[in-house]
Amino acid sequence: MRRTIRDEARVVRSKNSGPYELTLDVMFRDRAAYDRARAAAVFTPALVARLYGVAEADVLGVTWFEPAAAVKMTLRRRVASGSPGDTDIYGAQQHAPLLDLSWEG
Amino acid sequence: MSGREFRVLSPTAILGYGFPVESFRRGIAKKPDLVAADAGSTDPGPYYLGSGKSFTDRAFVKRDLAFMLREGLACGAVVVVGSAGGSGAAPHLAWCRGILDEIAREEKLSFRLGVIATDVPKDRVKAALRAGRVTPLPFVPPLTEEAVDASTHIVAQAGSEPIIRALDAGCTVVLAGRTYDPACFAALPVRLGFDEGLALHMGKILECGAIAATPGSGADCAFATLHDDRFVLEALNPARKFTRESAAAHTLYEKSDPYRLPGPGGVIDLAGSSFTEIGGGRVEVRGSRHERTAPYRLKLEGARRTGFRSISIAGTRDPVMIAAIGGILEAVRRQVAAMSGGTARGAVHFHVYGRDGVMGPTEPVKETRSHELGIVIESVAPTQEEADTLTSVTRSTLLHYGYPGRIATAGNLAFPFSPSDIRAGEVYEFSVYHLVDVDDPADFPLEVVEVKGGRA
Repeated sequence: MRRTIRDEARVVRSKNSGPYELTLDVMFRDRAAYDRARAAAVFTPALVARLYGVAEADVLGVTWFEPAAAVKMTLRRRVASGSPGDTDIYGAQQHAPLLDLSWEG
Repeated sequence: MSGREFRVLSPTAILGYGFPVESFRRGIAKKPDLVAADAGSTDPGPYYLGSGKSFTDRAFVKRDLAFMLREGLACGAVVVVGSAGGSGAAPHLAWCRGILDEIAREEKLSFRLGVIATDVPKDRVKAALRAGRVTPLPFVPPLTEEAVDASTHIVAQAGSEPIIRALDAGCTVVLAGRTYDPACFAALPVRLGFDEGLALHMGKILECGAIAATPGSGADCAFATLHDDRFVLEALNPARKFTRESAAAHTLYEKSDPYRLPGPGGVIDLAGSSFTEIGGGRVEVRGSRHERTAPYRLKLEGARRTGFRSISIAGTRDPVMIAAIGGILEAVRRQVAAMSGGTARGAVHFHVYGRDGVMGPTEPVKETRSHELGIVIESVAPTQEEADTLTSVTRSTLLHYGYPGRIATAGNLAFPFSPSDIRAGEVYEFSVYHLVDVDDPADFPLEVVEVKGGRA
């Protein structure tokens, strides 16, 4: 069955983790949704690289966090917070590319 | 185990964000041993560290701090504020200390105050750099002596040790420069022999006020009771509660790894942590550990001034212009450069809201369907005058630029107000974001002062 992130997750967010990194969190609505997403293997460094236009080497990691039924992905910011060309000092509005994701599960 | 408890009240996520008085007083009624707040962050960008200014408003910092001092001290609690003034360098610390002194006079409060400065002299940073004791954090370029010299302030994010030193000197109020947020909350219980892992994890959650409760809020209080083998979180507002998920999810916030949280001298290891709801909207946490690492490392932060900024904000409501906006902005940029004879210093950046203002080149939506666009012309140049000139000429050129197919020939931009151009002042960038090996993590200047309110 096709699952969309809007159905499966209750939180999809981005934020700086320090001025040089952007961290993305997807918190699933329950343990079952978390397990389905994890099994679908859709959240990978390659996905992050593709969605955010960075090299995989710039993706710091993808970490599954069971206590919060969440997956976290961290990548290098395009420019450091507050540096020329920055569009989002806090990095809190960079989550939209995740919102169209879907997977089989 | 002795069954002893240590009670902590966290009024708010950042000193100056505010909190409901009712929540705060419910916390005071629980007789906390410690009332603590973290006053800062690098989140708001490099300007505040670089310029020495606070990113929180004075009136609200004073409001929040007055509650903490007056009612915290009255119930016998110790009061700790870290990262004073927002960025925790000398001017920020002095600014917050001025507010604290004002409150003490007005409220006639007397206490022993410890003031901890966490600025690091440039010579010490350079010596550490030459000795190979400086390590960049991920994605940060290696530190250079030039970057150290160009930084306006350099601070170390101090751990619990300097706060413990102040507490050892009998201070009941501690005001510290840049500090590891959890240390503001963990220092006193660690000094009393409570487990460092539990104390620091508790601090990591409490430093954000009620953000880790649900519904979360950065302007509401949180309370924790620390025991020898666990800590219990509770909200102080009946509209909020802690859940297993909300408490656990908090370690995701602003961090790249939810299981291992590096900090001064070690790592908070949450791999074995458990979160259990125990009723009444409370959550009990067990199993958090602190793993000390060697060498002891502190994070250094610094910013340098890179120029001055000037902006103009305007909208366009013309569909022909909107459809061709990319080419139009580039043509305007080239025309301005040509008119300056190619000698103008500085750069112009266009922020185009309605197209890609928020995500820039990362924006996946490539087709602009908005009926209007908001354009911010941003110029950054070595002097304010040059930035002003760049913005002014770019603005006037864009206003009257005759692009192909134009039908609205009286003016391309809708300015919301006059003057159309705004001087935005100094521009800073982060210049130091590196770890430094230290021999003595308590080695920061500590000033102990007997504050006697009501006296001149």
